[in-house]
Amino acid sequence: RRQDVLTVTPWLAPIVWEGTFDSQIRDSLYRPLNLTIGVAAFAIGKYTRFVAGFLESAEEHFVKGYQVNYYIFTDSPEALPSVQLQPGQRFVTVPVKKYSSWQEISMHRMEAISQQVAELSHQGVDYLFCLDIDMVFHNTWGPETLGERVAAIHPGYFTAPRSRFPYERRSSSAAFIPGGEGDFYHGGAVFGGLLKEVYELTKARHMTILADKANGIMAAWQEESHLNRHFLSHKPSKVLSPEYLWDDKKPKPPEIHLIRFSTVVKNYKEVGN
Amino acid sequence: RQDVLVLTPWLAPVVWEGTFNREILNAQYMQKNLVTGVVTFAVKKYWFFIEGFMNSANKYFLAGHQVNFYLFTDSPEQISHLQMAPENQLFVIPIQSDSEWQDISMSRMDTISRYIHSQFQYEVDYLYSIDIDVQLFEHIGVEIIDTLVGTISSCQYTTQRDSKPYEPRTESQAAVPKGEGDFYYTASFYGGSVAEVYKVTTACFKGIMEDKEKGIEARWHDESHLNKYLLYHKPTRLLSPEYYWDEGL
Repeated sequence: RRQDVLTVTPWLAPIVWEGTFDSQIRDSLYRPLNLTIGVAAFAIGKYTRFVAGFLESAEEHFVKGYQVNYYIFTDSPEALPSVQLQPGQRFVTVPVKKYSSWQEISMHRMEAISQQVAELSHQGVDYLFCLDIDMVFHNTWGPETLGERVAAIHPGYFTAPRSRFPYERRSSSAAFIPGGEGDFYHGGAVFGGLLKEVYELTKARHMTILADKANGIMAAWQEESHLNRHFLSHKPSKVLSPEYLWDDKKPKPPEIHLIRFSTVVKNYKEVGN
Repeated sequence: RQDVLVLTPWLAPVVWEGTFNREILNAQYMQKNLVTGVVTFAVKKYWFFIEGFMNSANKYFLAGHQVNFYLFTDSPEQISHLQMAPENQLFVIPIQSDSEWQDISMSRMDTISRYIHSQFQYEVDYLYSIDIDVQLFEHIGVEIIDTLVGTISSCQYTTQRDSKPYEPRTESQAAVPKGEGDFYYTASFYGGSVAEVYKVTTACFKGIMEDKEKGIEARWHDESHLNKYLLYHKPTRLLSPEYYWDEGL
């Protein structure tokens, strides 16, 4: 039981921290359902170098014992490493076209995911997590994360007051969140839920991103801004603590007992940002 | 709230005053155009409670949202004209009364299950079974709406697991093995989606009938069976004892 952190949102969605749940009970609830859990990640351009580390660590920590389908969206399928997966796990390469800048790439992720959903559905995917590829699993990411609509708290803002959240503040953008509103600042590197919820999210956010483009505006943090706007009006049914979306460059505060999923320290010049 | 448990080990929220914002929840509920039903029984002398229950529930239960009240009674003629809120409806369903109150209590499960199958599933999305001998003093709102909801019994909240009054005899279908059990739930207020309530009531009634055939009756009747069910089919949301307080304690 955690008393040092908020464990339930005002709309009664659990906030998942180490110590709030019993993984055995959660496992016993979900294991019998024979679920397929999908992971969608983008490895564009030089980011293909992160795939091996991502997959190897996922095989060790990500919903172990469950059927996992990995969907790697890439513009350079030939550059993907061959990674040994556990028997039964599925690996699908989804080719995407090359974009000129990383902002463009980021803005088209929503569209790409929503376009693949029908195929994912055919392949029996029940839950889907959309994760950044330049990250690595360090500890268990289990069925405590499963929910209808799942968002994660951005590691840089979980103690910050609402006024400091870097929401899009220009009212001309479709991602605009006025001052005084907003519950959390969610990180764009982790979101997920039931397949149909992820579909609704990615479809809706793709539309808002296009609307902004038509108005000649790009949101402050690209798709992350749009994602935050989505979670304002479509509140997550489950919120993951920053244990599930950590930045290794940050010092670990006392509230973080365990780091499960974190950035890989990278040389930005090398990967062409 | 730091003084109470607000989340179960399986990540179901426990609803206490101070843990939620009803405005946000109302907005979410209204988006989905849901109808909630309440089923209650007024049998034999319990007709006396009808007016008090209906007047307070009409005022405080999911106020502002459409609620269908299903009142099962063996004395429909005793019901004086009850003023219902415009969004609510009252359905009076006459039933025969059994001889013993334990039988009445046990046959409720069967009645609810049968009526869900034949009628309620077409009329409501969520259904709650509430004892008639209560009056609501505060608003009970959409914070109670979830797939499978149990209310923590007020008299059992603070006791250790082993002293919870589960059925101990292994011959009963309601038996809970020693040392097991998460919470003791009251049968006076439980509910959820109409599909889940159908499963609960059908399973409990089956257990009740199997016990009857063996000539055994669970210590707390339908409540014992409910507790067994909720141990193995964990509720998705728990209501704190604030939601059903037994004044007699």
